[in-house]
Amino acid sequence: MSDIGISPSSGAHQSVRPGTAGAIRLPTHWLGVAPFFIFSLMFLILPTLYLVVGAFQNDQGEFTFENIVALSQPSILAAYWISIKVSVASAVLGAFAGVAIAIAIVRGGLPGWVRSATLTFSGVASNFAGIPLAFAFLATLGRLGLVTVILNLWFGIDIYSAGFNILSFWGLTLTYLYFQIPLMVVIITPAIDGLKKEWSEAAATLGATQFQYWRMVAIPVLWPSFLGTVILLFANAFGAIATAYALTGSSLNIVPILLYAQIRGDVLHNPHLGYALAFGMIFITGLANVFYIWFRSRSERWLK
Amino acid sequence: MTAGRIWAWVTFLLGAAFFFLPLIATLEFSLRMRRGEYSFDAYRIVLGDSRFQETFGYSVAIACLTILLGVLLVVPTAYWIRLRMPQLRPVVEFITLLPLIIPAIVIVFGYIRMYGSSSPLPFLASRRGTDVLLMIGYATLALPYMYRAVDTGLRTIDVRTLTEAAQILGAGWTTIIARIILPNVLIAVLSGAFLTFAIVIGEFTMASLLNRPAFGPYLQNIGANRAYEPAALAIMAFMITWGCMSVIQILSRFAPKSSSHTN
Repeated sequence: MSDIGISPSSGAHQSVRPGTAGAIRLPTHWLGVAPFFIFSLMFLILPTLYLVVGAFQNDQGEFTFENIVALSQPSILAAYWISIKVSVASAVLGAFAGVAIAIAIVRGGLPGWVRSATLTFSGVASNFAGIPLAFAFLATLGRLGLVTVILNLWFGIDIYSAGFNILSFWGLTLTYLYFQIPLMVVIITPAIDGLKKEWSEAAATLGATQFQYWRMVAIPVLWPSFLGTVILLFANAFGAIATAYALTGSSLNIVPILLYAQIRGDVLHNPHLGYALAFGMIFITGLANVFYIWFRSRSERWLK
Repeated sequence: MTAGRIWAWVTFLLGAAFFFLPLIATLEFSLRMRRGEYSFDAYRIVLGDSRFQETFGYSVAIACLTILLGVLLVVPTAYWIRLRMPQLRPVVEFITLLPLIIPAIVIVFGYIRMYGSSSPLPFLASRRGTDVLLMIGYATLALPYMYRAVDTGLRTIDVRTLTEAAQILGAGWTTIIARIILPNVLIAVLSGAFLTFAIVIGEFTMASLLNRPAFGPYLQNIGANRAYEPAALAIMAFMITWGCMSVIQILSRFAPKSSSHTN
């Protein structure tokens, strides 16, 4: 993980130095990109490195693994665990639902307007996150939400006495699906479009059934971009805070909410533990993105 | 084949139900403020709230400044990378993707530690400075989208020929970027701008942790204290997102698809 934080900065150093120091050769060449590198160094890379370095220091500024080890205390571990659970569940469920919808609109023989309407709506819904999304789900599945009330009134099903709660793991997962599914649809539809007609014709010529075509041709081709997108959805959910905060307050202690409380009021009573918490988040999303890039490069072999 | 079509319709309708139910429920809830009948009371109260007007105005202003900063930062860089330094492209692309890897809350945590009032660059010492830092933070959040949009736009024009033609006519770098390149990628820039607007307008984490009176923290505050107004605000936020995305889609119709010369 640490190389993710460090490698761009070392690259940036090399490129900034000649431009700013009025260098020996080709100074104007580098001047064109200097503002960008200075900006990203100052406001993206250094602030992150500051936290990463802080995660490995104690109050006296000495190197230590204490903070990382301290992350294993039960309350923090529980926060990471629930965060990972919500992110994995919403990513996997969102991915399968998204693929099903994408296949339906691309290959299902539905009228053309269905496809364009779905893609347009997906573009909107994948960006409809944050606090308003929490409001919408409270109005739908909260204690007085429309769906809750209708289920109770018409079918006599009280989902709350059946154990459902919008302020819980499943409530949050269901809410996240509202932006995860559309994001999957937006990303995976081009990949399904990329399945060439010749492949299914070739398979049919060789006597393959529809099932065999999907099992032996389509799914192996789609697999890397599918997995890659699942990981992207995971990272997307893992860093999100606003929806969960507006939905559950602090009753569901996911990592970003714990970090938020730590930044606000040092609830862990140790600033360096806060840095370690942030480092843990970057580590997990960074790791996820390493896999994403890897899957992405494998999928590009087939899809132009 | 017909079985496949039925299956496709079922999938589509299930999806549509999942996505429309919350919208319908929210709309219905937002109209329920007056007992026994539907009314727009919740909307009237929200729109009349001076805190709403102030925070919304503040966020619109910050969003516009963010877009300006983003354009100033991204257009010359993407142009220069295409024209002179293609070898740096992977590095720049990687940096622009970093905000997707590093969560916003971590970035702003870093700002709070690095730019506090006792630091060499005390952004957080004054209110104006904090506004600037918030704008910078938003520009980093928008960086992946802005860069991708502009770079895609640049791909469709012949950067080298345009630059050489302008240089022959005696144009300097500022003129080339402002009067040749920018107008040619304007549609791409506007797409990035509207996406940035949609992301920034209701952003909560950064604004809240930097203690700025933006729309996101206002939303959170209303959500914690009121019953019907949040639903009205959710509908309004959905409309804003919808509006931004529609503009992007309309703009994309005017965008050139590709050019014969790419570099």
